[in-house]
Formats: sequence, structure tokens, C-alpha cells
Amino acid sequence: MNRDVLINAVYIIAAISFIFGLKMLSSPATARKGNLVSAVGMLLAVVVTMLNKEIISYQWIGFGIIAGSVAGVFAARLVAMTRMPEMVALFNGFGGLASLLVGWAVYHYQPSVNVFTAVTIYLSVLIGGITFTGSVVAFGKLSEVITGKPVLYTGQQIVNAVLLIGAIACGVVFSIVPAANYPLFIVSVVLSLVLGVLAVIPIGGADMPVVISLLNSYSGLAACAAGFVIQNNILIVAGSLVGASGIILTNIMCKAMNRSLSNVLFSGFGAVVNSKAKTSVEGEVKPIVVEDAYYILEAARSVVIVPGYGMAVAQAQHVVRELGELLEANGCEVKYAIHPVAGRMPGHMNVLLAEANVPYDQLVEMDDINPMIETVDVCMVVGANDVVNPAAREDESSPIYGMPIINVDYARTVFVLKRSMASGFAGISNPLFYKNNTRMLFGDAKQSIQGLVSEFKNS
Amino acid sequence: METVAIFLGFILILSIFLGFELIAKVPSTLHTPLMSGSNAISGITLVGAIISAGTGEGNWVSVLLGTLAVAFATINVVGGYFVTDRMLGMFHKKETGGKQ
Repeated sequence: MNRDVLINAVYIIAAISFIFGLKMLSSPATARKGNLVSAVGMLLAVVVTMLNKEIISYQWIGFGIIAGSVAGVFAARLVAMTRMPEMVALFNGFGGLASLLVGWAVYHYQPSVNVFTAVTIYLSVLIGGITFTGSVVAFGKLSEVITGKPVLYTGQQIVNAVLLIGAIACGVVFSIVPAANYPLFIVSVVLSLVLGVLAVIPIGGADMPVVISLLNSYSGLAACAAGFVIQNNILIVAGSLVGASGIILTNIMCKAMNRSLSNVLFSGFGAVVNSKAKTSVEGEVKPIVVEDAYYILEAARSVVIVPGYGMAVAQAQHVVRELGELLEANGCEVKYAIHPVAGRMPGHMNVLLAEANVPYDQLVEMDDINPMIETVDVCMVVGANDVVNPAAREDESSPIYGMPIINVDYARTVFVLKRSMASGFAGISNPLFYKNNTRMLFGDAKQSIQGLVSEFKNS
Repeated sequence: METVAIFLGFILILSIFLGFELIAKVPSTLHTPLMSGSNAISGITLVGAIISAGTGEGNWVSVLLGTLAVAFATINVVGGYFVTDRMLGMFHKKETGGKQ
């Protein structure tokens, strides 16, 4: 049989695996198998590619694959679950870098290409480069190597716009006469890397879920562009599947924050907020001690726990689960209500709670919990702030006005576990803390919950 | 050339629509595994990298770039699938209970 036919036939099987794999990822019961199906498809695609007639030497391929596999397996095995968002960001960046390098390698091998191929080479380098450095900056922000706050300076948008226009202009010149423009190509590589950095630094921590999903989409599009370069179907199919999924996630995240994508990308959130953080709040803060909190929880028939990024920081997910189990043993109904943008990546809280062994059928989404929240005896807010801020519903001058929130203040009693009265990530004051039915349980979330757990055990 | 471009464009458009249809129904519980799983798929660029790395030492710059691309894409693929599997291994329903 003709080799090319065999290769492409296997690519079809790989594409089917990716499609079914993604489909199975949409239900918790089949998700793990789906991931395996997609991995097998990838393995098939890689193995059959080795038959390609253009390959005459295998030693460097083997070297790259072994080095990459060792690094990948180690990183994936050793990373702590709380470090997952930045790990995913970093892997994503490597995918983008690989697309950049593929475009470059093809161009270096044969610089006199036609206009169509030149355009696709340029796109794979540009998108790949932006994905790479953008993801590395996101990695730095998430692991707190660099500040998680938006980095802003005057004229930032003008600088970015000029660079982007420059990149497009380079692309046009390059694509018309690719063979004569190697220096320009190098400039473009650098430009794409700089653009990636500049695009992500103005974006603050609470917006990270949007950025991560968008970069995820870019890495797919970069692979897609690389597919056009080498005219390979499987790259185009797989790349565009990923591109589409990233765009959908980005859209979901934006909706959950009631902001447009351009608003997230081009306006540093924190800066806007500080200028008009003047929300006048009435009432007084009512602190509560662990012992009193225990008596209320002990009498409660239904408890909803609302986790946020603070739970990840305090590593409190295991004690939270322990408390949940004790409450259930006490005849109370326990649920975990999760806001779509809680944490630093889409679905961050779900993964943490799964790690702590909380069954996924106990996790409820915002839209399902809100209609029944008035019947809930106690809402425990663990390290969440902006996603439960009633100002989003009531105060039109608030920067987060209109953002859908979990209406914990409608519950009979609200416990807020918090270190101090400092405002949340977005720097917005939270009227929830001053409501009549709110009790503040100050201190480290993990220690507070541990205190509650031992109260339950000692009784 | 034009026919190839149109043909590849066709595949692109259909796959994007297919992607939208496939992903639109994923519950938010699975957003992180979906991201890291699809992230692993985007490492498919490995296929292109392999071809570049294998073109022979005659053009050593291309081979070097290709080899680097293979290494990074492999990290993306292998790390991505392993991390996703690790995450999904922790999701369980109430009835089954217990950590595997």
C-alpha cells in the first residue's frame, strides 16, 4: 500500500479519537476514558508519522521525544494539585513554542516558498510566539514569581497597537518575498515574543481564567497554522478543535464576569477599580468565634459551602471536606456552590475539591443553587469574595455591577471565613460583610475550619 | 496550489464548527480537565516537528529547530495527558467513594 495513503488513513483514525475523546470529556463518568482515547489517537498519529518519506534520520527525533517525555512525565507527576493552573499554562506555552519552531524550521529548510505558505508560516510563528511568552507570563503570575496585579503604564495600549501593526506589516512584506527577508523574519519572531509578554502583563489575577482559556485557544490556532504550513490535515483538525474549545471557555468566563473580552484584555481591572472605590457601606461587622459558629452549624439542616481562591491558598480543601462529612453525619444536607470564575482557572475549585475526595455530585453550579438559596440555613464562604459580593447586584456604581454572583446573602445565615477586613482581589469593598445575617469568622481559613472540625469531634 | 489551500480551508471551517458543537455542552465541573486535555491535543504540532527534525543533518539549523520543537511538543503532549488523567482520576461519584 502507498505510504501516504496509510499515513492519512491513520490520521483519520486519530482525528476520530480526538473527537470522541473530547465528547467523552463532557461527562464526569466517561471523562477519564475520553482522555485515554484521545491519547491513543495522539500516539497513533505520532507513530505513523515516522513512516513519512521525508524523514531520513531518526536520532534527533528520538532524542527530542525522550527528553520531552521525561520532562513531561516528571512535571505532571510531581506537581501539586494547587499548582495545576500554572502547570497547564506552562504546557500550553510549550505547545505554542513548538508551533513557532516548526514554522521556522520549515522556512529555514526552504526559504523560497509561495505566498500562501509564507502567510501560514508567519501566522504559526506569530501566534505560537504570543502563546509561548503569554503563557510563561501567566505561569509567572499564577505561581507568584511576578506580581499578580495588572502591570500598567501610560501609553500601554498605544505601544501594543504599534507593535501589533508592526507585526502585521512585517508579515505582509515577508509573505510577498519570503526568500529575501530572513532578517525580517527574525525580527518578527522577536516581535511575537514581546507581544505575548505585553499582552498578558496588564491582566490581573481575577481575570486569569479568561487569559488561560484564551491562550489555550491560541495554542490550538498555532498548531492549526503549522498544519497549513506542512499541509497536514490532522494538525488542522486537532488545532481547530482546540481553538474552538478555548474560545467557548473564554466566552463562558467572560459571561460569568459580565465583561466583554476586549474589556478583559485591554483594561487593567484593578486600576479602574481604585479610582472609584467609594461604595458607602452601612451596618457593622459582626465577628463570631469558632465555638459559636459550631452551635449554629450543629443546628443547621442545610449548609452550602462557597469556596474561592482563598481556599486554594490556605490549602483548606481537605479540612473543608472533613467538616462537610461531619455535618452530613449530623443529618445536615451539604452542598458546594461553585462560581464559574472562582479561582484562577476555569473549574479550579472543582479540581481541588475532587482532590480532597468530595464527590462531584455534591458540587452545584451557580445557576442551580441561587433559586434555592433562601432555604439554606448556613452559607459558608471560604476564601471567596468578589463572586459573592452583593454590590454586583445592588450597587450600580460598583465596577463589578451586573456580574452574576452566588446570592449567599439571601441565605438565613452567612459565615465568611477571612483573614482580615482587607478587600478582595479586585479591591472592591464587600457590603456582604456588613449584612445583618452575616458573621465574620476571622483567621486562617484552614485553622478556623480545623477548629470547627474538632468541636464536632469532641461533642 | 489554490485547490490545496481551499481544501485545507474547508477542513478548517468544518473542524471549528465541530469543535463548537462538541465543547458547548461540557459542565463547568470539567472545565479544568477539558482545558488541559484539549491543551494536550494542541501538542499535535509534534507531528510537524517530527518531520522537520528528521530531514537529515544536511541542514543542521532546521534539524536543531525541529528537534527543539519535538522536545517542547512532547512535553506538551505527554505532560498534558498525564496531568489530565491524574485530575480525572480524582473525580468520583458519591456511591463509589474512597480514593483510588
